[in-house]
Amino acid sequence: MSYSVSLTINDVHRDITLDDPRVTLLDLLRERLDLTGTKKGCDRGQCGACTVILDGRRVNSCLALAVACNGSEVLTIEGLAHGDVLHPVQAAFIEHDALQCGFCTPGQIMSAVGLIMEGQAGEDPERVREAMSGNLCRCGAYAGITRAVLQAQARMNPSARAGVAA
Amino acid sequence: MNLFDYARAATLADAVASGRAEGAAFLAGGTNLLDLMKANLVRPARLVDITRLPGLDRIEPLADGGVRIGALVRNSALAHDAMFARTFPAVAEALLSGASPQLRNAATVAGNVMQRTRCPYFYDAASACNKREPGAGCDARGGHTRLQAVLGWSEHCIATHPSDFCVPLVAFDAVAEIDGPRGRREVPLEELFLLPGDTPARETVLTPGELIVAIRLPGEAAAFAGHARYVKIRDRTSYAFAVVSVAAGLRVAGERIVEARLAFGGVALKPWRAREAEAALRDRPLGRAAFAEAAALALRDARPSGANDFKIELARRLAVRALERAAQRTPARLPPLPASVVNLV
Repeated sequence: MSYSVSLTINDVHRDITLDDPRVTLLDLLRERLDLTGTKKGCDRGQCGACTVILDGRRVNSCLALAVACNGSEVLTIEGLAHGDVLHPVQAAFIEHDALQCGFCTPGQIMSAVGLIMEGQAGEDPERVREAMSGNLCRCGAYAGITRAVLQAQARMNPSARAGVAA
Repeated sequence: MNLFDYARAATLADAVASGRAEGAAFLAGGTNLLDLMKANLVRPARLVDITRLPGLDRIEPLADGGVRIGALVRNSALAHDAMFARTFPAVAEALLSGASPQLRNAATVAGNVMQRTRCPYFYDAASACNKREPGAGCDARGGHTRLQAVLGWSEHCIATHPSDFCVPLVAFDAVAEIDGPRGRREVPLEELFLLPGDTPARETVLTPGELIVAIRLPGEAAAFAGHARYVKIRDRTSYAFAVVSVAAGLRVAGERIVEARLAFGGVALKPWRAREAEAALRDRPLGRAAFAEAAALALRDARPSGANDFKIELARRLAVRALERAAQRTPARLPPLPASVVNLV
């Protein structure tokens, strides 16, 4: 049996036919649409490397079935920048050296974008750390990540914070 | 992961009809189910996707001052609903102390209730587990028991229920509204979960085709809003299951306790309500003496299921801490680390 799935990914509408209902949103992005910016870390919802924004909420794409996302809007790391202009969170990660190997970085950045949209952490570094707790960094770049999130948030105006792609 | 049929239910009647078939499982947020399927521990023949069922994603205030939470409300949406967090602060605190922001955004409230134990021997297909395979034995006995039960366990299963959310729900008399092949029924949440006994594979009173459509908190629960907390001990600062947790609520007149609510997480295969302790707190002056007595009563029947006798004393001390925090007023804003003992308040 095949399943048709309509998705809007980074503002591009896609009609996809799946021959297997087991495909996760993560595998759909990486293996079928060649959007490999979203990373597969643990594949069990523990590390956050696969974080995307699904219908306005940050989620682990490894724990979502693609077929169950029919009709949804997805924002991935590939959809953040406007041409050569980086999203404020991307720019802040570079400025604060908020990475070492870079593998967790797309998930960290998407999670930070979600965190800023949620608007719960404010300027409190402890609340930012707690709100980033779903993203693990094996290199231990957490200090830079916290600084980058705080700076990006401070630089974004309220509508950019609430909007998806700033 | 095994191959399965996937069907999206358009109506509740649809869902019930599809869900009663042999081997069918309901799919909502999927955060626990897909994890279990990836580990090959759960192998449903059919997934009935209920995520788009109409009308189940609402948080409705009730005339009695309580609230009705639709089964598909996301954990994060409930925790951040201003009315809800103000009226049921211990429930919001418990929600925000569980999992990660990404998981809370995906997981639904009914899915939280229905999640399976995180016993490592249940998760390890090479270990014997009476939940996975009735009669196989329980390798948790004599194994690592830090996260295992000290109340209500049996020789067949010493696992714990992992939910934070359910602990204050049980403390405050939440009720599950259930729909199924035989129609609608209601079950107090405390009675939804079954203790292991000699049938640990049977975890709840739900029968095939039945699903939770809403969780209701009664108006009386709102009377505790001024003095209600959730406190949780975990092995990491954040993003970890409870070793032990406590939900505590007080109704206070001056320095006197009018009524108390107390429930424990991480100690049994269900959230553990301590009714005797609640009764002992009634009409007592606020303070450590009454709290310590109540905590001792609450754990009176506890016994270690292995090398975890430390949890009994830990649970007693945490109950005192939770009651002390509840005795102070509920903070206007939750601390940066909800439910954490790292916070000073």
